[in-house]
Amino acid sequence: MDTPTSKAPAPPEAPQGRRTTGKAGDRVFLGLSRGSGIVLLVIMAAIAAFLAYRASLAISKDQANFLTAFAWNPQGNPPEFGIAILAYGTVVSSIIAMAVAVPVAIGIALFVSHYAPRKLAAPMAYVIDLLAAVPSIVYGLWGALVLVPYLAGLNQWLDEYLGWTYIFDKTGSGPARSLFTVGLLLAVMILPVITNVIREVFLQVPRMHEEAALALGATRWEVIRMSVLPFGRSGIISASMLGLGRALGETMAVATVLSPSFVFSGHLLDPGGGTFAQNIAAKFNEADAFGRDALIASGLVLFVITLLVNGAARLIIARRKEYSGAAA
Amino acid sequence: MRALAVGAIAVSSALVLTACGSDDNSAANGVNEKKAAKNIECAGKGKLLASGSSAQKNAMDVWIKNYMAACKDVQLNYNPVGSGGGITQFTQGSTAFAGSDSALKPEEVAASKKICKGGQGINLPMVGGPVAVSYNLPGVDDLVLDAPTLAKIFDSKIKKWNDPAIKKLNPKADLPAKEIHPFHRSDESGTTANLGKYLGKAAPGDWKYPDEKAWPAKGGQGASGSSGVSAQVKQTEGAISYVELSYATSNDLSTAKLDTGASEPVEVSPENASKAIADAKVVGKGKDLALDLNYATKAEGAYPLMLVTYEIACDKGNKPESLDAVKSFLNYTASDFGQEVLVKEGYAPLPPEIAKKVRETVPTLS
Amino acid sequence: MSNALMNRPPVDDRPQPPSFSKRRLPRWAPAAIALVSVAAGCGAGLLAGWQSRVQWGLIAALVFVAGTYLVTTVVEGKRQAKDRIATSLVWVCFVLAIVPLASLAWTTVTRGLRVLDGYFLSHSMAGLQNDEPGGGVYHAIIGTLEQVGLATLMAVPIGLLTAVYLVEYGRGRLAKAVTFFVDVMTGIPSIVAGLFILSTWVLTFGMGFSGFAGSMALAILMMPVVVRSTEEMLKLVPDELREASLALGVPKWRTILKVVLPTAVGGIATGVMLAVARITGETAPVLLLVSGSMFINNDPFNDVQSSLPLYVFEQYAVGTPAAVDRAWAAALVLIAIVMLLNLLARGIARWKAPKAR
Repeated sequence: MDTPTSKAPAPPEAPQGRRTTGKAGDRVFLGLSRGSGIVLLVIMAAIAAFLAYRASLAISKDQANFLTAFAWNPQGNPPEFGIAILAYGTVVSSIIAMAVAVPVAIGIALFVSHYAPRKLAAPMAYVIDLLAAVPSIVYGLWGALVLVPYLAGLNQWLDEYLGWTYIFDKTGSGPARSLFTVGLLLAVMILPVITNVIREVFLQVPRMHEEAALALGATRWEVIRMSVLPFGRSGIISASMLGLGRALGETMAVATVLSPSFVFSGHLLDPGGGTFAQNIAAKFNEADAFGRDALIASGLVLFVITLLVNGAARLIIARRKEYSGAAA
Repeated sequence: MRALAVGAIAVSSALVLTACGSDDNSAANGVNEKKAAKNIECAGKGKLLASGSSAQKNAMDVWIKNYMAACKDVQLNYNPVGSGGGITQFTQGSTAFAGSDSALKPEEVAASKKICKGGQGINLPMVGGPVAVSYNLPGVDDLVLDAPTLAKIFDSKIKKWNDPAIKKLNPKADLPAKEIHPFHRSDESGTTANLGKYLGKAAPGDWKYPDEKAWPAKGGQGASGSSGVSAQVKQTEGAISYVELSYATSNDLSTAKLDTGASEPVEVSPENASKAIADAKVVGKGKDLALDLNYATKAEGAYPLMLVTYEIACDKGNKPESLDAVKSFLNYTASDFGQEVLVKEGYAPLPPEIAKKVRETVPTLS
Repeated sequence: MSNALMNRPPVDDRPQPPSFSKRRLPRWAPAAIALVSVAAGCGAGLLAGWQSRVQWGLIAALVFVAGTYLVTTVVEGKRQAKDRIATSLVWVCFVLAIVPLASLAWTTVTRGLRVLDGYFLSHSMAGLQNDEPGGGVYHAIIGTLEQVGLATLMAVPIGLLTAVYLVEYGRGRLAKAVTFFVDVMTGIPSIVAGLFILSTWVLTFGMGFSGFAGSMALAILMMPVVVRSTEEMLKLVPDELREASLALGVPKWRTILKVVLPTAVGGIATGVMLAVARITGETAPVLLLVSGSMFINNDPFNDVQSSLPLYVFEQYAVGTPAAVDRAWAAALVLIAIVMLLNLLARGIARWKAPKAR
């Protein structure tokens, strides 16, 4: 790296010596690079192993059912903790986030790739890229101090007109520090991520397909429906899964916005609930040694869930690669 | 590779930057250095790490500010990670002392013996404080409650502000037919445990939950930290909650008086809490000064909803490099000068007898 | 990541579909409908006295979509109406997304500038009480730079070499496993990475909290991103270059070091910068492992430190007006650093791009 910077390698003047150093160098270099790959695998294995070990310490002493109990009191006597409410909150907030973010992301991706005036499209793509980099704690700060007060009116309105659906029934009058708000905030956060991937896929749609449709007299919407969306379907799915992965593991934004509780409530607008990551961040400081192990146990569950989601996303992408490879 | 260079640049620029910042905020917040310095005997030097209870953070902030203004050789860093975290860090040997809302449990004492060579961790009561019952009810600024009513409110058994039980205690107040929104700490907290102890001792019939750091009852809304709880009370009409007095004062919240069975309902104040703490018995053995508080006290003017936080250090076998500084700092905090600055922050000074015991114990640490 | 580098122009201004219907809406029609619907939204909101601007916006959006559909059906017919409705929906999506993001940027900048000044940047929080104004983020900036710097030093060599292995050597089962797990690793939540270091470094090895502990967790988050982006870049290096070098008798490792990597260096650097930008904003692992401090601590290997994202969280949690002001100002500093890294990354990409061709 710090040797002379000539781009073209010097011609070999002593082939014999060269070859031996070359071979040794090759071996060392291969060893180093393969070693790094192995280090990565070891890290993954270690994560699973260590988390599982600490989790087993905690779960073996848990007097409640770890999977179904609605309580988190590892420091109590007897220690009782379960992840039911965390699993519920994580799933519900992620579903809300996906339901809002995916359609909007598809819309923005179409906007950038097919609708926006060219002058707007390039800066738009750039801005979306930048937004994907905004730290989650800033989203959290904004969510807690700007979004929560703003949503009070919307919550009231939902309660008034959709209260009969039970889930939109707001039973108290507290602030909107609810799972619903968390879902909306997560939607805002994962929007840039999803949009980026989808836009990428839409730009790869073969021009021939679109031009063929146009030649047949299709309107722009028909072109999109017949050639762009089918081509991009698996891309959309995998992008959504990536966004889902991020929503599931989001910590700080949820921790700042949610008023957590371990009482189950189906009313989405009421404060309460919790997510895996939020619970770890909120309980960590007051936890004693055993409490930390209990939190690690819930982290293990989160780890497994994100593994499954990401693994599924990768499989879909891999399949799509084969498909598009065959088509092209 | 270029990337490495970028990393190297980041590190080296950080190193360059290290030269130009300052820990000195005294110009901005005006410590009276001369006055503070007169009353503090400095000893030791270097960095002193401590961590623990966030309930005593404000007290620590004042003490550290004064102490460091007097003793330039010592840098004291108190990290309010919470009592649990503080004790864990102390028994791991990474801090010089810990702050905690509750005395060490037997297994924690056992763990501390690893760190304290030839000794063990002891509890030194240092900061007392009243826990205020704060509420948000426009038009009512003189609310009186008693333990059974409070227990029922936090247990969601009383749901309206014009409930007969509340009316009976406040015959003159104009109580609206509004819903009560009880807020509690969603994180684990010594304040929650102290409320539980008070309700359990003073209203055993109405509060059957264990006095744990995690909120034990069902119902009500959670908010994180004393600041989170006070913010929610401030925002929500009809809300009621419990916070350290300093938070209620700084957020301008109304606080309820407690009917303890004394001739008059007792207002929350540092002096009244001190009176209640004076009713406590020392139950620790040897140098350990763990207290047993009397939450059911009926003494005149004693405010029974209080908490006492401890500093935890080794009686023997403290780290030699930090021992002098720890002793000097704790000497200052237990002194009259150290205790009297607390009142302004909403904390209660230790009653004289207990303060005396602490002052006798600190110099014997080794 | 690669999308950013390629800067492909969007496929648009293609010829409009030839129109056979006689009547078309004038060009200004969508704008007019948008104007009317915004007015309707505001009007309805004012009349009903809703506080939430969110509802105003939703109503405006609804009116816009429905209005477009109706007008077009009447004037241009069903098929065109569907086309128009799709167009208007896409525009609604665009606006829906822009509003919160613009609000985020606007609030952070305006609130942040209140207390952001030279004093704020050059002082720590030493000896300050919660409700006192003043203090600064200097200690947090130092912490962030050191933690991120250390994480970069750990993650980049491993990430680069792994990518080289996958592209230049990788065949067989090991390479497949590495590829798959790099993908999976990308999705590890940051708090899980923090818990992992906690359970090993702190709980098992008994080490204390330090900036270094945090940077190890950050390195875990950074590695897969570096591998991924480097891999993409190395794949773009034409095989002809490699073959030419090998044909001259240059050993493979020198070919990689002298030909392949220099060719791709711009893209690699961009990827690394983006990865750095990502971990700079991570709070959760820092919360678990670095623990926070009010003082300047220049030594990342001993004792607790602070960091910018953690500082924002702490000040938010304190909640007094002075602290919230500090939180916004620190958030602004954090965003500025992250954006700077991003711009730097783009700059490198643009600067190096022509040579790579």
